[in-house]
Amino acid sequence: MLETNKHIGPKDFVLSIEGLTVSFDGFKAVNDLSLYVEEQEIRVIIGPNGAGKTTVLDLICGRTKATEGSIKFKGKELTKMNEHQIVHAGVGRKFQNPSIYEDLTVFENLELSFPRGRNVWGALTFRRDKEVIDKVQEVADMIFLGDKLDMPADLLSHGQKQWLEIGMLLIQDPELLMLDEPVAGMSVSERKQTAELLNRITKDRSVLVIEHDMQFVADIAHRVTVLHQGQVLSEGSMERVQNDPKVIEVYLGH
Amino acid sequence: MNKVGSFIGRYQLSHFIILALLIFVVMPLALDSFRLNMVGKYLTYAFVALGLVLCWGYGGILSLGQGVFFGIGGYCMAMFLKLEASSPENTAIQSTPGIPDFMDWNQLTELPWFWVPFQSFTFTIFAILILPAAFAFIIAVAMFKRRVGGVYFAIITQAIAAILTILIIGQQGYTGGVNGITDLRTLHGWDIRTDEAKTILYFVNGLLLFGCLFVARYIIKSKLGRLLVAMREREDRVRFSGYDVSAFKIFIFCAAATISAIGGAMFTLQVGFMSPTFVGTGPSIEMVIFCALGGRLAILGAVYGALVVNWAKTSFSESFPELWLFAMGALFIGVVMAFPNGLAGLYQTYIAPWLQKYVPEKFHWIITNRNPEESGAEIAVAGETASEDEKKSKAGELSHAGN
Repeated sequence: MLETNKHIGPKDFVLSIEGLTVSFDGFKAVNDLSLYVEEQEIRVIIGPNGAGKTTVLDLICGRTKATEGSIKFKGKELTKMNEHQIVHAGVGRKFQNPSIYEDLTVFENLELSFPRGRNVWGALTFRRDKEVIDKVQEVADMIFLGDKLDMPADLLSHGQKQWLEIGMLLIQDPELLMLDEPVAGMSVSERKQTAELLNRITKDRSVLVIEHDMQFVADIAHRVTVLHQGQVLSEGSMERVQNDPKVIEVYLGH
Repeated sequence: MNKVGSFIGRYQLSHFIILALLIFVVMPLALDSFRLNMVGKYLTYAFVALGLVLCWGYGGILSLGQGVFFGIGGYCMAMFLKLEASSPENTAIQSTPGIPDFMDWNQLTELPWFWVPFQSFTFTIFAILILPAAFAFIIAVAMFKRRVGGVYFAIITQAIAAILTILIIGQQGYTGGVNGITDLRTLHGWDIRTDEAKTILYFVNGLLLFGCLFVARYIIKSKLGRLLVAMREREDRVRFSGYDVSAFKIFIFCAAATISAIGGAMFTLQVGFMSPTFVGTGPSIEMVIFCALGGRLAILGAVYGALVVNWAKTSFSESFPELWLFAMGALFIGVVMAFPNGLAGLYQTYIAPWLQKYVPEKFHWIITNRNPEESGAEIAVAGETASEDEKKSKAGELSHAGN
């Protein structure tokens, strides 16, 4: 068993979702959904409002509990784990609205996300040593905030806050990075920078993105999954999905 | 940068020293023994207020039942002292000599089992430190694991305070009932009722308070302190950064409980009795007022808050006893509306800039931890009284790391 796990090839699935269903008082927000993400893949999920995109991310990261089905991440069943255990397993999640600690500085925001001293005792005895400082600086440079480490996060622009949250995920070094509308509210140049950033960081990990901005999707996506009413409507390259008559009907018909 | 400096900072240290001078030098010199004992009593409330700074100010957990932990500490100490005061010789006239007088009045003929271990002073000390933490742990696990928080938690702690009071009053034979445990005399044969003993206890109390202040300072300057601030803002984000949020809430609630209990035990020693009036909902809310007035995020503010409110209470209620409650209510509302950061906020915004005008510049680090030029942005982060020296220490460490 262990042997086979160690030798996951590049084409093996990092994340496999099978038969996933969640029902809120009878309404099935996600209905018998199956989805597979490969290593080092950037997968974009698109779909009309209420298609269940954010719910899928909530289910993967443990914020919402599944009614049925399984979510396997590198062979581990996520549906039975707590949020923080899922993070420890290697899944990182960015929220739709920038979710950062506004009372703390950029440095402290990144430092808190550094994966060490995550229990009570560890947090009490945590030292800000060279390893932490170097890692924070490295990530801050990557997210274009290298010179703003001492700034209270509250004072960053909207786009910078989005980057900071991506940075907070990067410092956790997750194997699966989930981003909910990472470029919402960004200017054109910020969007371009974000696309570059995502392309750069995907070398070591898989990325699952929800996005509405089609130009941005075309820039980054390896493959696209279209959700509609909690189910997969279409899947494949951007080109294929765009020409799928079912997708055209859903987007134009509503 | 030395070790102390890294977790206290020059500015904070100077304010610790000012408070130490006030408590250990000015008060004992300026006040007679009776008043000093009274200040000692006020300072036992400062323990509770300090606990509230940690769990409410930093952790965002409003507990309206801290009197429970103050009471547990106080009762543990009172039980030990009462047993010592109830030696068979002292209680020879009772129908069952050797048990506390109130038990005898209630027709008990034997010491209840849970009183027996309190004959040992070592056990009592452990009980004072562990019992409240264990009780807080049970409450916290039950609440925080289920993600009960905010107002619901406040109401539940309030209910627990009410239940405990009713229990104590109802079980008169075991607890002394509404009168509490009174007529405490000696600690290991040392008479605690003399003026000399009270002065010594005042200093012991002060030292313990400073011990707790240092512990609290260490906690809030550690990563755990920053996590608490982060949790208060964005609990979900903390969870998805890989932290078990409930564990941190449980920890800080238990820490606050233990600190409160130390205050309770010192209260019993200095005042000479313990009663349910210090456990219930009323005193628990008063303790929140001490904390709010001092400044929710200021550990030293908690001490000043407890001193100021109680001093006002004593002097005011000596002259207008019936008006005091209204005055305290007004004080609380006024503080919350005008100075959400309490005395600490008042000091930072008004007093420090005023002082700066009259004090030579090289001493400015004593008065304030921020430069006058950068005000607006810093005020937003204010309350936390250490943003500037924090940055300095960080810059220091960064440059260290670079070398």
